[in-house]
Amino acid sequence: MTSTTQTGDTPAQRPRKAAASSAAAASEFAIELEKINKRFGPVHANRDIDLNVRRGSVHGIVGENGAGKSTLMSILYGFYTADSGEIRVDGVPHRITDSRHALALGIGMVHQHFMLVDNFSILENVILGVEDNALLGPSLERARKELERLAHEYNLEVDPDAIIEDVSVGTQQRVEILKALYRGADVLILDEPTGVLTPSEADDLFRVLRVLRDEGKTIILITHKLREIMAITDYVSVMRQGAMVATLETRNTDPEELAELMVGRRVLLRVEKGPAHPGEVFLAVDNLVVKDDLGVTRVKGVSFAVRGGEIVGIAGVAGNGQTELLESVSGMRDQAGGTVRLKGTPLSLEGDDGAHRARKSGLAHVPEDRQRMGLVVAFEEWENAILGYEDDPAYGKGMILDIKAAREAARRRIAEFDIRPANERLKTASFSGGNQQKIVLAREMERNPDVLIVGQPTRGVDIGAIEFIHNQIIKMRDAGKAILLVSVELDEIRSLADRILVMFDGQIVGEADPATATEGELGLMMAGVTDRKATVASPVAATGAAS
Amino acid sequence: MSALRPLPRWADILLLPLINLVLAFVVSGLVVLAIGQNPLAALEAIVGGAFGNGYNIGYTLYYSTNFIFTGLAVAVAAHAGLFNIGGNGQAYIAGLGVILVVLPLQFLPWWVTFPIAVVAGAAVGGLWAFIPGWLQAKRGSHVVITTIMFNFIAAAIMVYMVVNVLKPAGVLAPESAMIAAEGRMPKFGTFIPWFKNTDVNFTLLLALACLVGAYVLIWHTRFGYQMRALGHNPTASTYAGISNSRTIMIVMTLSGALAGMVAVNQIVGVQYRLVLDYVADAGFVGIAVALMGRNHPVGILFAALLFGALYQGGNELQYVIPGLSKEMVVVIQALVILFTGAMEGMFRPGLQRAFMLFGGSAARREA
Repeated sequence: MTSTTQTGDTPAQRPRKAAASSAAAASEFAIELEKINKRFGPVHANRDIDLNVRRGSVHGIVGENGAGKSTLMSILYGFYTADSGEIRVDGVPHRITDSRHALALGIGMVHQHFMLVDNFSILENVILGVEDNALLGPSLERARKELERLAHEYNLEVDPDAIIEDVSVGTQQRVEILKALYRGADVLILDEPTGVLTPSEADDLFRVLRVLRDEGKTIILITHKLREIMAITDYVSVMRQGAMVATLETRNTDPEELAELMVGRRVLLRVEKGPAHPGEVFLAVDNLVVKDDLGVTRVKGVSFAVRGGEIVGIAGVAGNGQTELLESVSGMRDQAGGTVRLKGTPLSLEGDDGAHRARKSGLAHVPEDRQRMGLVVAFEEWENAILGYEDDPAYGKGMILDIKAAREAARRRIAEFDIRPANERLKTASFSGGNQQKIVLAREMERNPDVLIVGQPTRGVDIGAIEFIHNQIIKMRDAGKAILLVSVELDEIRSLADRILVMFDGQIVGEADPATATEGELGLMMAGVTDRKATVASPVAATGAAS
Repeated sequence: MSALRPLPRWADILLLPLINLVLAFVVSGLVVLAIGQNPLAALEAIVGGAFGNGYNIGYTLYYSTNFIFTGLAVAVAAHAGLFNIGGNGQAYIAGLGVILVVLPLQFLPWWVTFPIAVVAGAAVGGLWAFIPGWLQAKRGSHVVITTIMFNFIAAAIMVYMVVNVLKPAGVLAPESAMIAAEGRMPKFGTFIPWFKNTDVNFTLLLALACLVGAYVLIWHTRFGYQMRALGHNPTASTYAGISNSRTIMIVMTLSGALAGMVAVNQIVGVQYRLVLDYVADAGFVGIAVALMGRNHPVGILFAALLFGALYQGGNELQYVIPGLSKEMVVVIQALVILFTGAMEGMFRPGLQRAFMLFGGSAARREA
């Protein structure tokens, strides 16, 4: 970026705008991709992709994980170069060599994982990499003014002096959007933007996107959530196995059609399950208190029971103690008080190998964050297929690990769970999100545990795999096992759970029947408004007070 | 950038270190040239000094023995995500254990005292690494800080012990009493005259056994699996129910025990007594050896041989070319450590690009 003294436009904006207006007549499309091809060794990630993105529209790109969406966008953003094909920006062909080049052409990207410096202020993050002066002062002043203008123009209010780690995930995402706008982006690519957002934060985001579109920006939205496509996009393109299978006007299509295009077969978007037949209590949590790493009490005296043959869902906005609850019940985190009983026997989960003892007692755990917790992504697939069970007699005698047996078992499960690619020697990092989740699920279900604890089972997982994962969970329930499900996706909880507990501020504030509770009622409880539900919540509150 | 793909295994393990090594030699050559000497003659002197005859090879292998131990010590810890830079102190203080069991048993045959010395060296070296391991596991003190501080503590203790406790009355040099001839392990030269009276001894076989043992431990045992899980992702290992604190303490103890084997080589195999500073920084060379050997026993074997050759060849260099002082040798060794150790990843992106160009066209041909 060259230095400039003007304060209105950002450095990148001025020259490019001129180019845009002269070429605007030539094309109604902001972005045109023609016959894009990209191979990674034997994998044909993008084949003959054509894509036209109309200026001033929100254009959704859907497809299962591994369909080639991210590769395509990485080509557009300059992370990869296409093997063949043409990219036209505002009608002018360009060979985009890196992300700086893409930015100069007015293409900005908001990544799924934010690229922010946690202990910098919002303002500092915005100018990071485009400080145009050796002294920060002038850059910060200019950026502050520009940020105010952008905030005003696009309804993107933020406190420029707030520190990133202190603000919510939704705000962090706004900062990412502001970063792109500050760098002069006219075309914004958002990669799975709602994966980390609460429903209300997602609604906020959509409001912002609409404003941006109405102000003339072009937005490309990569997602696999069909509800979002229907809610926000004007056009939608569907990718499958590296090819572009359709581009439709959103108002002329429906989720069923999109799902079928994505997967290539009919998909059931609703979970089909019969009535639950709850038996005896398998998991009993009594007055559980859990503190986080900083010593803050996050779970404040929670009691509940899960019976064999039922799925109990815990709903709530992320950060209300669900994570600590899961980690504690599964033995990863010490309890500060209370008991966890499995089929009547108290579990001793203290110490840093508590999870080992929990597993031995028949409690399996599919963690919220598979990449950070449930898998060692640097390991080969078969190594992850035994994580937590590496001392199982099936995998060797004494101290020695029977690698052959472990690989054979991994191969069996790859076939059983249709994990792709079907190669147990492949590094786990190279599997897609859905397949990684299948690896975890297969491992945790393998030993037929009495209790299965599942956190965010379908976060970042594609439609085809979601159906499979939900069916597996229901199959376990029908086999008489107890399942504790935690998810921030209310839809998932409502369709999967037989009973819903709502968690707010470390406590269970209410119980609801998924068949009768409305989204509004649940939403109120999730927000901590419990007056109306006081009678339902009182038994829990009473046990909590007794401590 | 994210587009770069990892190198094929052989390129990672062989080609990259080779490029680094060649570059280190080229820069060393320029330094030699700058002080008015012939670089090719110097290279010839180093290679000849390291591998010229049985005598040279014997000493090269002797140095390599130490570097295998210290390299393995660093590598084993590295697989669990621990950076043990206290190999020097662990190797040093292990000598205390070795000399304290060997001196009382010095009239027994060497093949009786040798295993006892191994156990004693491993125990004391292991203990010296266990303490930092315990501090990290239980108190959160980082091993990088504690192990390097323990190097200084070890040095101070050893000076005190040698000067005030172990030094026999009437001896001026700061060293312990000599082991009786019966307790001394014969050097290879005793059986294979070709090696002459060089310092290479049976401890080399122990080092080779440790290489095999480390390979089995890391990749073929349940514990090795657990420590690698910890090394790659401590959250996942907690999730798996692996006790991270226990694993850290065991791995550090193993690491220190391996470093402690240097004491066995030096005291039972070479010096027959405890002298000051016998480790001669082998612990630090071990870091470079492990880095260059990519923490793999096979890589460590080759890297240890290389550094052994450099030490021995470098020692010879000053006799062959009088213009190159001992300090010059240190400069060359430092350059090799710099290029193969500290900057070992410098050429990786370039090499990856080269491979992608080549690999890409190969993939197109297949299609």
